[in-house]
Amino acid sequence: MLSIKNLHASVEGKEILKGINLEIKAGEVHAIMGPNGSGKSTLSQVLAGNDAFEVTEGEVTLNGDNLLDLETEERAREGIFLAFQYPVEIPGVSNLQFLRTAVNAMRKHKGQDEMNAAEFMKLAKEVSKQVDLDPAFLKRGVNEGFSGGEKKRNEIMQALLLQPKLAILDETDSGLDIDALKVVSDGVNALRSEDRAILMVTHYQRLLNHIVPDYVHVLAGGKIIKSGGRELALELEEKGYGWLGIKDDDTSN
Amino acid sequence: MATTDNEVKELIKREYEHGFVTEIEADTFEPGLNEDVIARLSAIKKEPEWMLEWRLKAYRRWLEMEEPDWAHVGYPKVDYNSISYYSAPKRKEDMPQSLDEVDPELLKTYEKLGIPLHEREKLAGVAVDAVFDSVSVATTFKEPLAKAGVIFCSISEAVRDYPELVQKYLGTVVPHGDNFFAGLNSAVFSDGTFVYVPKGVRCPMELSTYFRINAANTGQFERTLIIADEGSYVSYLEGCTAPMRDENQLHAAVVELVALDDAQIKYSTVQNWYPGDENGKGGIYNFVTKRGACIGKNSKISWTQVETGSAVTWKYPSCVLRGENSVGEFYSVALTHNYQQADTGTKMIHLGKNTRSTIISKGISAGKSSNAYRGLVKFGPGAEGARNFTQCDSLLIGDRCGAHTFPYIESKNKSAIVEHEATTSKVSDEQMFLCRQRGIDPEQAVSMIVNGFCKEVFKELPMEFAVEAGKLLEVSLEGSVG
Repeated sequence: MLSIKNLHASVEGKEILKGINLEIKAGEVHAIMGPNGSGKSTLSQVLAGNDAFEVTEGEVTLNGDNLLDLETEERAREGIFLAFQYPVEIPGVSNLQFLRTAVNAMRKHKGQDEMNAAEFMKLAKEVSKQVDLDPAFLKRGVNEGFSGGEKKRNEIMQALLLQPKLAILDETDSGLDIDALKVVSDGVNALRSEDRAILMVTHYQRLLNHIVPDYVHVLAGGKIIKSGGRELALELEEKGYGWLGIKDDDTSN
Repeated sequence: MATTDNEVKELIKREYEHGFVTEIEADTFEPGLNEDVIARLSAIKKEPEWMLEWRLKAYRRWLEMEEPDWAHVGYPKVDYNSISYYSAPKRKEDMPQSLDEVDPELLKTYEKLGIPLHEREKLAGVAVDAVFDSVSVATTFKEPLAKAGVIFCSISEAVRDYPELVQKYLGTVVPHGDNFFAGLNSAVFSDGTFVYVPKGVRCPMELSTYFRINAANTGQFERTLIIADEGSYVSYLEGCTAPMRDENQLHAAVVELVALDDAQIKYSTVQNWYPGDENGKGGIYNFVTKRGACIGKNSKISWTQVETGSAVTWKYPSCVLRGENSVGEFYSVALTHNYQQADTGTKMIHLGKNTRSTIISKGISAGKSSNAYRGLVKFGPGAEGARNFTQCDSLLIGDRCGAHTFPYIESKNKSAIVEHEATTSKVSDEQMFLCRQRGIDPEQAVSMIVNGFCKEVFKELPMEFAVEAGKLLEVSLEGSVG
């Protein structure tokens, strides 16, 4: 489904990604782990098409089509979804309106009829229950005054509504307590399907206890330095990043 | 942003949608202004002698006045002798007695503008007074309003039919000598709307006036007077459009509101005069004086405005809070794009005890435009326990526009309380990225973010107008992402 070949990317002239190679097939769940500053978030942003990052070399295809030629919104309509690490607030715009606009943009792209307010309300209420968000959140401004956990659940709710082909989860576990982590993980597991791929970016192993990946990759210095199965994550948890000769400056763990 | 230049150019090319001209035979004065012109205007309107005297007095005063230059706007000086002061569609009869007698071309014009006069009458339950250039062409719903005792007619009719009311209140809120543009308007005002709501009456429907400038090289000088008698309530809406022309056109209106004891007036405006093209050519000069007097105790006047049009806007809808416990409100959205300039805000003059006022101003600047909020909050010696809350928020789109805030506070009473909050923000790249990552077009994303920013003001608008205002912002913002 997604094929990344020798991807290099920089921000403000500084090279962050230095030759990423990765193949993801439909139905698979991949986890990218790595210390802070390794380029994990940059990879998610670049795939989603954030203009702040410049791709200097390499190619990315989605089902054979060149992804890098597409605008952010076109990539989204082709099925790329990014669950943000720090979702931004949009004051005054209700979550409901935002979500309906997004869902209808996708439907329009697929040649489907747009959903009216009543139809969408019904759907949104169902999905909000799935991530244990009070439907009252639908009426609040996008992420406005949401707690960290609420923001993350809101992101997963959006993924469930938009039903992407590739869901990229950027540090979705950060800032979650154990109960919230469970809810978010259940939401992500509900997304798993044969025709969808999931790419999780995380610093810690604990998320992978809830969402069990098929493959684990370790990213360091802008390159994938080791790939393996589920057991690689457990080994990392036990031995730390130092085991692979990587410096991890995060001491919060 | 990554939207390509071509896309942006395409979007910019989309034109002001009310920019058409109606081909209609008109009686138009030769350009120029002197006492004879005023006398002719007054004669055409069959005005009583006192009205002519009033106009001439204003004219003589105006000749001695200076055009104000303190606003944060720049425009070439207007030559007041190159403007025509009267233009009206030709008619066989003196005045149409009903909608059926109105020229079909005119009815079509209003239909194109989304104001089908016939249908509005049946469907929406909104009474409309349509002003075309210098004259009122139709007023709907007169009968049911008359049953409730509400007078809703053109100001020209009011001068003839209700001279006592007009003489008692005209010029009491905005006198001749108030300012240069008000002085000019007092001398040459051509038409406008008059409303009187009698004691204890809640006006049974929304009243609205739709102003349309059609003729070239003509100024529109309308005058509106609304009087809410004791314990009455009225909600009034006004909308404005004009054709696209290369020359600038002058619109200098005066609106006076009077609220007696326990009366309430809610006045909403959606101003969409032609703003000029993307190079700043053409557009309306909108130099307007709007003021309400809460002369009675417990009275309330609320202004809500959505200003998206005009090349230059100079407008400060204000409240004079004379009555005890009276309340003034000002909710404003002002959007400027391309080379538009707006200097707008309000004045809240607290004179009575325990008077309260609220100001919520949302300024949005895009393109190379300049947007200024200018507000005065003043407490007189008698304003015991008076309070004001002001919130001014500015939103910038792009990095070539400007936002300015000029708040003035004067207090002669120690017990008065003022709160002022101001913010300036940008439509952030992060917000845009979030929207686009969810598949939303950049243009739609900007419009959604801006609409969210304006929500506090839009919720003050009557339902029908709120929808229109949202759409208007969307159209006005086209081409702002680049």
